[in-house]
Order: sequence, then structure tokens, then C-alpha cells
Amino acid sequence: MTVLVGYLPTARGEAAFAAALEEARRRGEDLVVLNTPRSGASVSTDAVGDEAVSGLRSRAAEAGIPLHVRRQAHEGDAADELLRVADEVDASVVVIALRRRSSVGKLLMGSTAQRVLLAATRPVLAVRAPAAH
Amino acid sequence: MDQLTPVLQGFAVVLEPQNLLYCLVGVVVGMLIGVLPGLGPAATIAVLLPLTIGLEPVTSVIMLAGIFYGAQYGGTITSVLLRLPGEASSVVTVFDGYAMACQGRAGKALGIAAIGSFVGGTVSIVALSFVAPVVASFALDFGPPEYTALALLGILLVATVSGGGRVKALAAACVGLLLATVGRDGFTGAQRFTFGDLNLADGIDFVPIAMGLFGLGEILHALEERHRRVQAPPTLTRVWPDRADMRQASGAIGRGSVIGFVLGILPGGGAVLSSLAAYALEKRRSKTPERFGKGAIEGVAAPETANNAAATSSFIPLLTLGIPANATMAVIFGALLVQGVTPGPRLVDEDPELFWGVINSMYVGNILLLIMSIPMVGIFVRVLQVRGAILAPITVMVTLVGVYTVRSSVFDIGLVVAFGVLGYLMKKAGFDPGPLVLAFVLGSLLESNLRRSLLLFDGDPTGFLTRPISGVLFAAFAVVVLLPLTTRLLRGRRGGPRDDDRSGGRPDTKELV
Repeated sequence: MTVLVGYLPTARGEAAFAAALEEARRRGEDLVVLNTPRSGASVSTDAVGDEAVSGLRSRAAEAGIPLHVRRQAHEGDAADELLRVADEVDASVVVIALRRRSSVGKLLMGSTAQRVLLAATRPVLAVRAPAAH
Repeated sequence: MDQLTPVLQGFAVVLEPQNLLYCLVGVVVGMLIGVLPGLGPAATIAVLLPLTIGLEPVTSVIMLAGIFYGAQYGGTITSVLLRLPGEASSVVTVFDGYAMACQGRAGKALGIAAIGSFVGGTVSIVALSFVAPVVASFALDFGPPEYTALALLGILLVATVSGGGRVKALAAACVGLLLATVGRDGFTGAQRFTFGDLNLADGIDFVPIAMGLFGLGEILHALEERHRRVQAPPTLTRVWPDRADMRQASGAIGRGSVIGFVLGILPGGGAVLSSLAAYALEKRRSKTPERFGKGAIEGVAAPETANNAAATSSFIPLLTLGIPANATMAVIFGALLVQGVTPGPRLVDEDPELFWGVINSMYVGNILLLIMSIPMVGIFVRVLQVRGAILAPITVMVTLVGVYTVRSSVFDIGLVVAFGVLGYLMKKAGFDPGPLVLAFVLGSLLESNLRRSLLLFDGDPTGFLTRPISGVLFAAFAVVVLLPLTTRLLRGRRGGPRDDDRSGGRPDTKELV
């Protein structure tokens, strides 16, 4: 069993990673970080660079938690990819970040977090980033 | 002073606000598509051909030339920052450019590439200004037999050096020659391969072929490459080349300019081959060849200088002989024909404004390139965030609408689709569409000159060999055909290693990413 976290290089992603690290220590399980930008473009702001990954690794090493980083682009929906990986690594809990979205934005773009919450068959830990200001 | 007057008038043409604007547009578009992998300068110029119809001939060629040399620099940006060559001519830059970026010297690599491009381009233009009129006056003596020989040599050279194997390139060139024969025979008026269709009676237009093979074909092929790694946006360290870097790279820039200029003139040479050659030369000359591939600044400076120099000098055969040296030049040749301008040795006297206007616009374009290159890197990298699924349909629509506007013919749209499918299949099977397009352009030139010379010689083909210029050209033709055969035979007898690496030719951008 592992703890799976959906990670993006943002403040929300950081909050989710911190919570997932804590959760992995509490459960005594490995931590799997999934960073999945949408495929089709060569560059995406959702993708994590090599330096950021080594930062995550050193934080996990400090906490004494084995860390597996998965960086793979997805086709279609990010929520489906997260849940597919959750099944693959047999996650005991899935950690995701939430953000406030206007209702119009939600209508247009949908909410990945909502889809994960509704479709997941495992426990989901939803984290909100601390207010920036 | 008399010779200088048309040159100065050329500057007057360039400095007209409209021409300056289109020079800027061309350079910016060129850099943008240079950044995008999968869409090369030939494809972009083909897609934008219809836009140029409403413009003055000189303005349209200024813009198309800007696209060509702008693309040479744009490809550098992604090669250095992302290890993703946007253009085939920037493939070798990846080795040292990306290594430099990993060491936090990306700014130095981009800076030296910009400086090298500027120097290479400018050296090439200066040489072009002096060489082109001489070649043109020499070419005035050329008759039909000489043009026959030149066209044959051009097709053969392009087929020899193009990527994807010699036999495949020759096959593509033969298809191009066949397509050129469709339509009315210029001498007897007989209909050939028209199947009684009025749309084919005047032959196949160049525009749909170029737009289909390069434009649509490349888009279809690029769409297929889906599972590419998605990278984080690179951060550019603001460290510029200092005096020591300049001293280290100056030799490479000088040699790159010369190699680029010389190889650019040769048919089939062009930017891709010259960047490879310049890199190889620097590596061989260097006292410390082991530094190459690990962030040697010469490894960035040499190919980037050479590809810009070659992009410039490849205008010489087009503007003075009327023979395009590579696929991109073939498309620009087509653009000139659409405008009603026939490039050839008489161009410099008959239309000095166009001749010198285009050449002098490259000075301005190179300065624009140098100014814009570094500050706008961030913007160009953002372009890569656009997904292919959004970019491709827009490009296809622009292509199809564009081809319709040329002759208001639905038949042409069908042709673009047909050639797009052909181009896609060719790319999948490892055929380069370049030789096909080039052979198509040169095909009508070859045919009319061949038949005209046979009329001159009363049907005696030995006439080709007894005239000095055409005799030399045919001798060169024989050497190009026989040399690879004999070397292979000799090697086969000695049982040495087979000459396989040459047939690979141009490394495909796909292999590196």
C-alpha cells in the first residue's frame, strides 16, 4: 500500500505534497508523487522540472520516507489518469489539492478535484493551500 | 560608381515602410515556426504563399526570405533550452547547446548563436552582393544546353544529399519529373496525362503541390507524434557571452561563415548540411575534441553561423540562374512565378529593384534578428505550450482557404488534400518530399531546355558534350553518379566497413527527442 499525491508545481501542489508526506509518515507507507501534464504540447506549466523533483526527493529523504516520482503525460482527463495510477500502485489514500473556482469557470472547465472525489473508490484527502495573502 | 547605384537604390526599396514591416513580419514568423518542431520553413512559406499574392513581388520575397533565415535562428532556441531541435538545421546545436544549458550557460549559448547568426548572415550577404552580379553576367552566355545540364545536376545533387537514402530520394525526384509533364506539351500542344480533364489541361499548379506535400503532409505527420515527453518551462539564466567566450568562438564563427556560404550555393547543400559540416570541422580542428558534446561554445557557434550563412547564400543560384538550390528555395521560386517574375540571369538588369531589394533586406532582417532574439526567448518558448490538437486544425484551415484564394478553384483544394496524403505517406515511409518538389519545379525547365537544345543540335545528343560549359557540367554529373558507386566497389573489395552512415544523411529530429 502507498500514499499517492497528485502534484503540480504550484502553491497548492506544495500544500498537497506536505500533507501527503505527513500522511505517509503516519501510515508508514511509501509515497508516490504523480505529475501528469496534458500531452500534445512540448512544454507545459503543469510539468515539474528536474530541479523541483530533486527538491521533493531531498524533503522526502529528510522525513525518511521512500519516494517514487512518476512523470508521465496523460491523454484526456487528469482525474482518470490519477485514479488509474491509484489502482496501479494500490494507493491506500489519494491526496489532492483543491482550489477555489468561480462557478462560470467550473461550468466551462469542470473540476478535476470534483471528478476525483466522486469517482474514487479509495479514501481521498483533499487539501487547500494556505491563503496567499 | 555606376555599379553601386542599383545597390543603393535597393536600400531605398528596403527602407520603404511597407517593406520594413513585411521584413519584420517575416523574421518574427520565421522565428516562431523555427521554434515549433514539425513545421519547417518550406512548409510555412508554402502555407503562406497565397498571402503574398496581393503584395508587390519584392515585398513578398522580402517576407519569405525573412521566414527562411528567421527559422534558422528560431530552431536554436528550443535546441538549447529543451533539447528539442525545431529545425533540421539546428539538430547539431543540441549536443553542445543543451549541455551548456544544463551547466547554467543557456544565455551564453543563445547569445553566441545570435551573434554567430548575425555575423554569418552578414558575411554571406556581403559576399552575395559581389558574387551574384558576376554569376548573373556569366550566366547570360548560358543557352538551352547549359540549362539542361544545370537542371539535371541540380536534381541529382539534391537527391544525393537529401535525407532518407539516395534511392528513395531519386524515386521521389522521378515522381516530381513525371508530375511536371502533366498538361499541355509546350512544343506540339498535345495533351499529356490529363485524362480529358480540363482542370489538368494547363498542368498541375506548383502552389497546391507545395502546400500539400510540405504544409498538409507535415501537419499530418506531426499530429501522429503524440507520446512525446512534456517538459517544464525552462528558466533562462541571464549570463551573456563575455570577452573570453567571444575569443574562443571567433574562429568557429569565421570558419562557419565560409562553410555556410560555400555549401549554401551548391544545389542540395543548404542550411542542414552546412551546419553538420561546420560542427564536424570544428570538432576535427579542435585541440580538445573531447569537450564537444559537453558544452563547447564552438559547437554552438559554428553550426549556427553556418546555417544562417547558407540560408542567405542559397539565394544566389535562385536569383542569378533561376535554379532553386533546395526545397525552400523551390517554394520561393514558386512564389516568384505566381507573381509573374521569372528569376534568371536577366533579373539583375531587368528588375534591379527586386534583385537588390531582396538582397539588401537581409541586412535589415539580420539586424532585426539580433535585436529580437534574446529578449523574446520567453515568448517563443510560450508558443510551445500550444497543443498540436489546437495548432494543427488552424493551420489546415489556413492552408485550404489559402489555396482556394489563389485561383478560386475547388479542384486545387482536392489537389492539396491528395498531395497532403501523399506527403504524409512519404514521410512515414522515409521519403523526403523535398526532391519531389524540386524536381517538379526543375522538370518543366529541364524539359523545355532539353527539347530546345535538341532542336538546335538537329536531334544529335553529342552536342551537349562538345559545348564547353555544358560539357563540364555533364562531366560533373557523371562524377556525382559514379563516385559513390566506385568507392563502394573499392571498399567492398577490401572488405572494409560498409558506408552505411552516409545513407542516413540528415538525422531526423524525431530520433533526438
